[in-house]
Amino acid sequence: MPEPETRNTATIGKAVKINGQIFTKEDLYVDGDVEGTIESHDNKVTIGPNGRVQAGIRAREVVILGQVQGNVEASDKVDIRKDAKLVGDITTSRISIEDGALFKGSIDIKKAEPKPAAAPAPTVAAPRPAEPVAVPAASTAGAAGMKR
Amino acid sequence: MLPEKLRSIFRRESESASPGTSRPAGGGFPVRRSQKKDVTVTRQSRGLEQFFFNIRDIVGLSILDLAGASQENINFLTNLGHKVYSQDIIRSLDEAFGPDPAEQTNVGRIDYFLRTNFDYPPGTFDGALLWDSLQFMGPALLNATVERLYELMQPKSYLLAFFSSSDRAAEAPSHNFRIVDNKTMLITERDIRPTGQVFNNRNLEKVFGKFESVKFFLTRESLREVIVRR
Repeated sequence: MPEPETRNTATIGKAVKINGQIFTKEDLYVDGDVEGTIESHDNKVTIGPNGRVQAGIRAREVVILGQVQGNVEASDKVDIRKDAKLVGDITTSRISIEDGALFKGSIDIKKAEPKPAAAPAPTVAAPRPAEPVAVPAASTAGAAGMKR
Repeated sequence: MLPEKLRSIFRRESESASPGTSRPAGGGFPVRRSQKKDVTVTRQSRGLEQFFFNIRDIVGLSILDLAGASQENINFLTNLGHKVYSQDIIRSLDEAFGPDPAEQTNVGRIDYFLRTNFDYPPGTFDGALLWDSLQFMGPALLNATVERLYELMQPKSYLLAFFSSSDRAAEAPSHNFRIVDNKTMLITERDIRPTGQVFNNRNLEKVFGKFESVKFFLTRESLREVIVRR
């Protein structure tokens, strides 16, 4: 039995047309028309087979089955499927492109910054003992007086 | 008596030189389906080897690949640390000019073709893999395209192009090219197309006359590989 989808996915159906900016904090499936921008930084954006997008897309992962005209920026992966059409520039860590897909633009692979290994707990530097300072006797007395 | 190897080369040359049809007056052949479509062969390429030799030990270059986006080419080029500019120029030729090669003389269409496919700032590219695309361009389109490439390429950069070495062939197969390694590629025939003109060494030197140098590699497969230095 397939594992149920645990992530929430917002859907733009094929009869929907949106002009403007889309910002989502969950996965997004676009099967309609979008003109503007799509941002979903930590999530996946899928352009379905009926999707027609004229927009820049920024997401963790972008999967394209339909048509996109615009730049695509994915922190993890771009996946261009057979029969998809993408005209625009891609910046990503990894890319997959199937035979039959049409792509026109540039591909810039930015290797993801390796996550720093669990760093040892920072050692707190022991406070350096204060350097003895020669203070005039009168001044010391004054300070003590203030404390009181 | 000729050795068998030499005879087989002559046989291949004569087969390619007489494709069974003649060029009709005033026009070209329509694009037709290749009987070898989807048949893939592995081939060594001196031109490809020379191209990658020229850019060895350098990363971060911008490479134009006109074979259409393929996983193999993208992986190979990006693993070398380069940025890839990809497009399927044969498909763009069909979109811009349709099936009639005579349309390749239409100034408006040539301008549209250049704007939709080569609209980059001057000096964008540090190398260009043109594969066999140029041989399907008529003289006017070819000259305009080469002129634009000259503007788009960095001085001292290289381009790689393939041309049919048969002076008499009026049509030639177009191919998909996939890079296996720095001197090996996979070639798959797409279709058979009218060639834009005859491409011999002298013509090619003329076509790339503005460039610094043109180097030819003649292969056994009726293919002339050309490395051009900007």
